Amino acid sequence: MPFDIQTIVSIASYGGAGVCMGLGAIGAAMGVGYTGGLANQALSQKPEASGTIVKNMLIGQAIAESAAIFALVIAVLLIYLSPPVTNLLTASALGAAGLCMGFGAIGSGLGSGFPAGEVCLAIVRQPAISGRLTTNMLIGSAVCQTPAIFAMVVALMLMFLDVNNLSVNPTWAALLGAGLSTGLAAIGSGFGGGLAGGSSVSGIARQPETFGKVTTIMLVGQAVSQTPAIFGLLISFILMFKIFPETTSIAAPMALLGAGLCMGFGGIGPGVGNGFTAQSAVKWVARNVEASGILTRVMLVGQAVSQSTAIYAMVVSLVLIFVV
Amino acid sequence: MAIEGAELVKAAAFIGAGLAMGLGAIGPGVGEGFVGGKACEAIGRKPEEAGLLTRTMLVAQAVSESTGIYSLVVALLLLFVV
Repeated sequence: MPFDIQTIVSIASYGGAGVCMGLGAIGAAMGVGYTGGLANQALSQKPEASGTIVKNMLIGQAIAESAAIFALVIAVLLIYLSPPVTNLLTASALGAAGLCMGFGAIGSGLGSGFPAGEVCLAIVRQPAISGRLTTNMLIGSAVCQTPAIFAMVVALMLMFLDVNNLSVNPTWAALLGAGLSTGLAAIGSGFGGGLAGGSSVSGIARQPETFGKVTTIMLVGQAVSQTPAIFGLLISFILMFKIFPETTSIAAPMALLGAGLCMGFGGIGPGVGNGFTAQSAVKWVARNVEASGILTRVMLVGQAVSQSTAIYAMVVSLVLIFVV
Repeated sequence: MAIEGAELVKAAAFIGAGLAMGLGAIGPGVGEGFVGGKACEAIGRKPEEAGLLTRTMLVAQAVSESTGIYSLVVALLLLFVV
């Protein structure tokens, strides 16, 4: 039986909403649970500090939860928005928006849990500087949320993109690739940024006088960890805004979908790897602050090498978009 | 629309190239980052050995990179040769 365009668009937007909220709940739930676990551990060690510990736990959990709230917003919009439907591209754009936000929330939710959990243990060690520890945790967690925010931006752009005058055949794959590129690449960056943020909070608890240097190297390490998500965003923008000529071939859409998948998957590993490097560098700047110069340099060299595979993935994506 | 065999092969090669490079980048990225982290840890403990540790880190990362380069080669073969 034949389906009309409106039916297919409804299938895509409801399916996209389900995938968006389902995937989007994974990371935040794990991050919030990790925070709660460490908070309990902290409470068992110092029950008299329960007020500060529980307050910090709730603040940290609220930030980790925000990734899932972004996914909820996009899912609700996908269910109730019902945009004007002119061609099949709307279905592809709405499905891609759901995939983008769903995958994009995993890393940020999980990553934000690390600083939020470490701050509870840090307060047990240094109750006198709990304000500074909270500040550091807030900075670290906020940076972890940026990949989820990139994913939300791309999801909203996909939902409100004007698809009236675009060619249906290769563009459906370009829109799907745009969603997958940012969504998947955000997983690694969010997780990696969280590793750096967590070791920063516990490092400051160990050596409070290193606050400035530890926060600086944490931010540098997190910034490098975010670059795979930024590559993903770049490929998404190219896929969304480049005009593709109408074609009947199946090779052209597969190249565009392949470009999105390539950059998306390719961003996961370097994001996590950069996070591992930053985690150890931050931890050891706190323990051995005299070595902070050499540690920063070695961290950046190590991250640059780890980044190379994300750059290969970006090159292959650009070749798939522009050359073949 | 009728899809010819050659068209279908090209489509598979393109999506295969994307998946080869994309999935192939995960492992080296994580592995090299782990090496970098351990090198930072070692330099934190013994800053006077920074030269040796940085060299070792780069050698280990280069070996870890090899699978990423295999993925790149396969992706480029799929794009331009097949």
